[in-house]
Amino acid sequence: MDELYTLDLHQALSLLEQGEISSLELTQSHLNRIEAVDGRIKAYITVGAEQALAQAKRADADRAQGRAGLLCGAPLGLKDLLCTTELPTTCGSKMLKHFVAPYNATVVEKLQAAGAVILGKQAMDEFAMGSTSEHCAFQIPENPWKAGHICGGSSGGSAAAVAAGECLASLGTDTGGSIRQPSSHCGVVGLKPTYGLVSRYGAIAFASSLDQIGPIAKNVRDSALMLEAIAGFDEKDSTSIRRLVPRYRDALGKDLTGMRIGIPSEYFSQALDSEVEREVRKALSTLENAGARLVEVSLPHTEYCVAVYYLIATAEASSNLARFDGIHFGYHDPDSTDLLDQYSRSRAVAFGDEVKRRILIGTYALSAGYYDAYYKKASQVRTLIRADFTRVFKDCDLIASPVSPHAAPAIGAMENNLVSMYLADILTISANLAGIPAMSVPCGFTSEGLPIGLQLQAAHFHEETLLQAAYAVEAQLGISTVKPVL
Amino acid sequence: MLTQEQLAHVAQLARIDMDEAELQRMAEQLDAILRYAAKLSEVDTTGVAPTTHTQDAVNAFRDDVVQPSLSQEQALKNAPLHNAEAFIVPRVIT
Repeated sequence: MDELYTLDLHQALSLLEQGEISSLELTQSHLNRIEAVDGRIKAYITVGAEQALAQAKRADADRAQGRAGLLCGAPLGLKDLLCTTELPTTCGSKMLKHFVAPYNATVVEKLQAAGAVILGKQAMDEFAMGSTSEHCAFQIPENPWKAGHICGGSSGGSAAAVAAGECLASLGTDTGGSIRQPSSHCGVVGLKPTYGLVSRYGAIAFASSLDQIGPIAKNVRDSALMLEAIAGFDEKDSTSIRRLVPRYRDALGKDLTGMRIGIPSEYFSQALDSEVEREVRKALSTLENAGARLVEVSLPHTEYCVAVYYLIATAEASSNLARFDGIHFGYHDPDSTDLLDQYSRSRAVAFGDEVKRRILIGTYALSAGYYDAYYKKASQVRTLIRADFTRVFKDCDLIASPVSPHAAPAIGAMENNLVSMYLADILTISANLAGIPAMSVPCGFTSEGLPIGLQLQAAHFHEETLLQAAYAVEAQLGISTVKPVL
Repeated sequence: MLTQEQLAHVAQLARIDMDEAELQRMAEQLDAILRYAAKLSEVDTTGVAPTTHTQDAVNAFRDDVVQPSLSQEQALKNAPLHNAEAFIVPRVIT
């Protein structure tokens, strides 16, 4: 019975429901799997075996008494920036190496209320800044499909863990593609919800107007279930929206007749890898087979989205990360006798280079004399980017494209050219700038065996349309049933 | 061009201690990023309102009622230095 980790979330819940397996067995199987493969994948910063087994026993007892929640007994992972009281929350940084939050993130409370078991906390780029997970202060997670290759980022550990069977599903965060891009690189399904749909309370903030928590799962159906469990208004997040949460699973399986899907010419530029383009075009034809109509559209401000993002996200980060002062929590320089020195040295020692770069750019972009030229200008161009999407969604239900211009590169390959690393985010960033929902669904492989993802984007709160179309692609391509050999 | 002197000022504003070598290396890297960002000057934004938030929601208010919050012990739990009542910092007023 130790192959239980190969189940998907729905299969596992159905076996639990039928009494065929217990959460204790299922959780133990995942802990064994982590023990067996995590030396190679390095997805977990912290594994909470003892806590997970205790939660599994409680879930089994709850189920026996007829009190099973939506995810009762399902072992899940969390990106290590979601606050948990039972396990440390490092944010991938030396700054928070020993930090144990005094409260749980709202999404953690929701998962636990639904009966989920938390296996542990997963590797990420420090403070979610990066798209390779190489900026994690403790370890670099490796792609389950090919050793020595990145798993994407910043939620790289979470995507890798789902792909490697080290958890049934996970939660990541997405500020400029950090759920979708690692999902694409690891061959799993990632969903960034509409800004405001899922509470950000207890997610350590990077860029508050862009950050959003969402599920990373083995398939589209699991993704819909996870979203149901975490979505909804929360008074602790002042940007949370009051709306009823639909039963997202009901959107699956409907044909796409009458659906119009925009294909932006700007997303299929010469910078796109030919294998990525080939597999994505194949996926587009599955959408047509399912009844959708493809229409060419234009998002003319696409070429500016990376510049806008790297000014707005860094400006917000410079403000958000001011709280790490070595006094209230986090790393503290023991030798400073002066307050200012204590701030500056604690931050100098405990922040990595990428975090420092972004704080510095953000501070510069907000500083006297530069505010109008950088931050304000970027915020105005952001308005134009949003307007591009509003115009396209008047005529289309979805926008389809690749997630990333290329499959997962080798570790270290992006190191020496920051601007080209940032440019690889060009296809995912604008969804965050516009606040719209977007998804990554596996659609093929390169000749090297690395996964390729299709991106779907929809208008605000149209997650059901996303899931409906993603399900149609998955049903025809059957990619989600192919697993990496470890 | 972002000079080392400008960067030293920004680093001080951001409370990040940096030595000469680090300032030099970072000034080059940040300059490349800022040059790329300067591409935004191509866009005519005359009369365009800036976006700071993508939803229509304005302010989120709740009733002004005291609600449970962290205890002193919880709030101090992660502090590197505290005396069970307060955070301890180097003397500021001499």
